[in-house]
Amino acid sequence: MSPPILQTRDLTVRFGGHVAVDAVTCDFHTGQLTAIVGPNGAGKTTYFNLISGQIAATAGSVRLRGRDIGGLSVAARTRAGIGRAFQLTNLFPNLTVLENVRLVVQCHAQQGFNLWSMAASHRELTDRAMAVLERVRLADLAGQTVSELSHGNQRKLEVALLIALDPAVYMFDEPTAGMSVDEAPVVLDLIAELKEQSDRTVLLVEHKMDVIARLADRIIVLHNGALAADGEPAEVIASDVVQEAYMGRDLEDV
Amino acid sequence: MRAVLSGDMPRSRVLALILAVILVALALAPFLFPGVRTVDTAARICVFVVLVASYDLMLGYGGIVSFAHTMFFGIGAYGIALASTHMGRGFDALIVGAGAGALVAAALALVIGLFSLRVRAIFFAMITLAVASAVAVLVSQLSGLTGGEDGLTFQTPRALSPAFRFGDSLLGVKLNGKLLVYYLVFVGALILFLLLLRVVNSPFGRVLQAIRENDFRAEAIGYRVVYYRVAATCLSASAAALAGSLYAIWLRYVGPDTVLSMEIMIDILLMVVIGGMGTMYGAVIGATLFVLAQNYLQALMGSASGLVEGVPVLPQLLSADRWLLWLGVLFVLSVYFFPTGVVGRLRQGR
Repeated sequence: MSPPILQTRDLTVRFGGHVAVDAVTCDFHTGQLTAIVGPNGAGKTTYFNLISGQIAATAGSVRLRGRDIGGLSVAARTRAGIGRAFQLTNLFPNLTVLENVRLVVQCHAQQGFNLWSMAASHRELTDRAMAVLERVRLADLAGQTVSELSHGNQRKLEVALLIALDPAVYMFDEPTAGMSVDEAPVVLDLIAELKEQSDRTVLLVEHKMDVIARLADRIIVLHNGALAADGEPAEVIASDVVQEAYMGRDLEDV
Repeated sequence: MRAVLSGDMPRSRVLALILAVILVALALAPFLFPGVRTVDTAARICVFVVLVASYDLMLGYGGIVSFAHTMFFGIGAYGIALASTHMGRGFDALIVGAGAGALVAAALALVIGLFSLRVRAIFFAMITLAVASAVAVLVSQLSGLTGGEDGLTFQTPRALSPAFRFGDSLLGVKLNGKLLVYYLVFVGALILFLLLLRVVNSPFGRVLQAIRENDFRAEAIGYRVVYYRVAATCLSASAAALAGSLYAIWLRYVGPDTVLSMEIMIDILLMVVIGGMGTMYGAVIGATLFVLAQNYLQALMGSASGLVEGVPVLPQLLSADRWLLWLGVLFVLSVYFFPTGVVGRLRQGR
């Protein structure tokens, strides 16, 4: 097997006396879609924050293509290839839908420090942004201000920003949370498409077991911040760990 | 037209009309309103439009609060004064003074920005306040260099002095150096304003807006927020310094009260808010309204109080001495009724 693209080694973060992520060692391979499951408060989002750099680790390391990225800023990790969509919608509310996506495309094209040309005149950037909006079925709303969008459409735009970023490692944090039954499939199909692209790695935090069963190549289970299980979807779902965690009982009681 | 305005059209017929009227009035001010006071007011409006627009680049687009904007303005003004004093009158002195002023302002902004913008935007506001006060004290204490509280009076090139005549008169206006200075200020201000308009509508300007809206996410899509904030601060500081240079060329005098006082800082804040933050055109409207009110509200009230003589209370309320009170009332009302500024209101009311 090729070397893992992303690795965490004994990754730990403590908030005061509370250990939110507890020595998680895990490898992620290119082309693999890994679902991260666990009860609320298990440390899934915190684990994501450690990988994408929003919080600094107390101990352990994060490696991308073998290189320790623990010292890099969020922006530097993003440019290195770690892209992240957020659980709570996190957009630029007073800009239009198109401008939100174009900002991502523009960063990619390294036009951020272009002071002279008109932003709106960059046709190829606009076209690329529109293509992404087509994929998430938001093209009709390109001119709308984001704060006027419905919750479901804001969630789609959240995913659109990540698609526009097109990183080597995609990190989705409950991408369909709060979406209606007819909106969610658009996003799930997109994630399925990413899986088809064999050079992309996807990390997905998700609660819905049907979604996981459909998309995941592998499941890891976090419990109280520690890695509780890791393996093929069928065997992990059937395992006692997952059954217990999702029944709401504590593992220690078993 | 689109290229000149960088694609940022007024997007409101009323706003377009008001801007056109202001542009024409300023362009023809010496001919339309001949008179020392009126032309001086017009020149002040030109300078303050640039100063307020440069502040808006930081506050309205970048979301950065600074209290050092008058300091940058003063650096540009003192640059002209010092260069003209030590190099003698001449255009070379003006160019060196303005260039050095803009560079020093940008360098200072860079240092302040790198020290404080890394942490939290609020520290930047506090540090600018401290640095601005320190510089103001320094300027008034270093009287050997800066003339202290008295300031510096200096001479600009002969061609820009009232004694220089290049013709008899046109439409009853004397063709002298003063007219040339006015047009130097006007054209300089117009170019600077259009440049700033270009910057806010460039890809860089979009990133600034994104940072203002959500710096957390801007970082997460790959923008190093601190670099953009620092760059915006430096640009804004140089533009403010150039506005200060124009002001010094116009006045042929610099002093702490005219170019460095905290009062000017407050005026800038008021102008940005009245005109509308994050719109650039708001700077034009805000500066025009405010400078006009500053110069003419007092006279207007004096005559109004004369009209209502005999009516109880009213003459006292309208007395010319109360003009600051009314300016305050106007400000409160404008913030209350136009929270997005005059420009924001006009654009909504399409």
